[in-house]
Amino acid sequence: MLDLLAQTGLNAVYAASYISLIAVGLVLIFGVMGVINFAHGELYMAGAYTVVLLYTDLAVPFFVAVAAGLIFVGCLGLAMERALFRPLRDNPLGGLVASIGFLMILQALAVMGFGVRMEHIPPVTQSVIEFSDRVRLPVARLYVIVAAVVLLTALWVFLKKTRFGWALRAAAQDPEAAALQGISINQTARIAMFIGAGLAGIAGALTAPLVSVNPHMGHSVIVTAFIVIIVGGVGSLEGAVVASVAYALVHTFVTTFYDGVIADIVGLSLMLLVLIIKPTGLFGSADRA
Amino acid sequence: MRNLAIFVLGGAALLALPHGLSFSQQEILVFLTLNILLVSSYRLLTLTGEWSLAHVVIMGVGAYASAIYTKELGIWVPVSILLGGATAALLAVLLSFPLFRMKGFYFLIGSFAAGEIIRLLWKRFRDPFGGAKGIKGIDPMPDFSIGIYDFDFFEPISYYYLSCAVVAVCLWILWRIERSPVGLTFHAVHWQDRLAEASGVNLRAYRTLAFSIASGFAGISGALMAHYVGTINPNSFDVDLMVFVLTWAIVGGTATFYGPILGCVVLTVLNEIVLREMGFEQMRPLIYGLIMILSILFLPKGLESLVQKIAGKRPGKDTPERSPAQ
Repeated sequence: MLDLLAQTGLNAVYAASYISLIAVGLVLIFGVMGVINFAHGELYMAGAYTVVLLYTDLAVPFFVAVAAGLIFVGCLGLAMERALFRPLRDNPLGGLVASIGFLMILQALAVMGFGVRMEHIPPVTQSVIEFSDRVRLPVARLYVIVAAVVLLTALWVFLKKTRFGWALRAAAQDPEAAALQGISINQTARIAMFIGAGLAGIAGALTAPLVSVNPHMGHSVIVTAFIVIIVGGVGSLEGAVVASVAYALVHTFVTTFYDGVIADIVGLSLMLLVLIIKPTGLFGSADRA
Repeated sequence: MRNLAIFVLGGAALLALPHGLSFSQQEILVFLTLNILLVSSYRLLTLTGEWSLAHVVIMGVGAYASAIYTKELGIWVPVSILLGGATAALLAVLLSFPLFRMKGFYFLIGSFAAGEIIRLLWKRFRDPFGGAKGIKGIDPMPDFSIGIYDFDFFEPISYYYLSCAVVAVCLWILWRIERSPVGLTFHAVHWQDRLAEASGVNLRAYRTLAFSIASGFAGISGALMAHYVGTINPNSFDVDLMVFVLTWAIVGGTATFYGPILGCVVLTVLNEIVLREMGFEQMRPLIYGLIMILSILFLPKGLESLVQKIAGKRPGKDTPERSPAQ
């Protein structure tokens, strides 16, 4: 029993890692740009397909492919900012619709380029850390956990300690006042989009060998990310991380002891409950939306 | 007199329409008719300023309810279709208690969560919802004859005529509701909520009313669909269809009654007839996505604004100006 608990706990830590990478990106984009990026799940998918193309098909080393995924998806984010979100800045519902359009385009491109079938990706490493007979952590999962901790810490330092971070947070709080202080709104939007999209991309790239990669993999991911950012409080990065951990724990344990569908229902019900009791979420303030 | 002529000509055109089409196009025509009801009922909800992401699932509630009523309780199909709509409306009233504690963005996400929960419940509970495979072998509409025409409901043409009649009646009711004092209050709830509340309008009650009426008609549309297709499953009512409904409403525009219908017809014709026939099968979502983006960028007030421009439009005297995206 103790083994089972420990193993489930480890699984939850892994799930929390990639969920928080995705959710933090989504929150960052929402905070700075004020739009809900529905295409965020497809950015994750684009990261996974970068690994399929480079690592599986062209035999590039895995970590080079992962880095390429981060940069490629970050650039996709830049393109979205320039083409969609900047012209629609005063129109949040318009931004949402445009991101849905972008989602369909990315999905169609993935289907056309790679087909609808699941991609088979050779494992990066077979090695497993064994804590005991029945408590084991595959090293591939450890990569994801380490990456999440490192990247999120780096992001935290960037946001709290650097001038760019200050500018970004100022623009998120009050775009007009920030613009009056000489902060370029376009510049901060670009940075936020690059980081937000890049985080989704690297999450997709790192988990590609561990999940089933197909053009529709973004759907369940975006639902999870929505739950997490609502529970954590829209616009709160710390909230997104805490909520990711909480959601991953609840979801993994319910999946282990009941089944996956019930776990999804529990997750969504939690979100609905938070919306009813405290719509601004656990860490949210009533600033935005 | 002129109105009567337009009415007769329009009716004749609708009657003649399916005869020039192939079998598969006739089937698409049936779905188009049902989707028009779906998107028009959605517009009634957007009148109060709330954009729901649960509308398609609520349509599914009507479909599931009607299917179960006929299968388990042996209720006559036409009656059970109406009961399906009533069930959807009733569920909307229940859902309104948690959902209307929220507004705007939170309502959008909250309705999405509620819809997904309902869909997962269908998936999880095999009895009576049939699990992931859904319900199969739903009773079709019983055939009947009206003297000059024999309705055989395995023929899409017959079902098209039936759904046309039902949808026309529903649209007329929706139109009357919008023009009634209740409909004007919906506008007030959206645009002047403080003022409306100060004048003694119960905002929550009117939001709930709009939500349940819209859901009722969506339920009827779903029930009609269930008895035509014969099988339904949780994936028939997933987010993809909801995205389409949202797109029809936004591309068409929601300031006028005909806007969403226009969006639905134009995009369906483009999607099903033009793109499918031209052999762009794989590229269809891509082109659809492009159209969504281009129309929100360059035509933010929807196709209806084009129509108004062409018609040399006098500014609407009864519908206040509203942009689709707030």
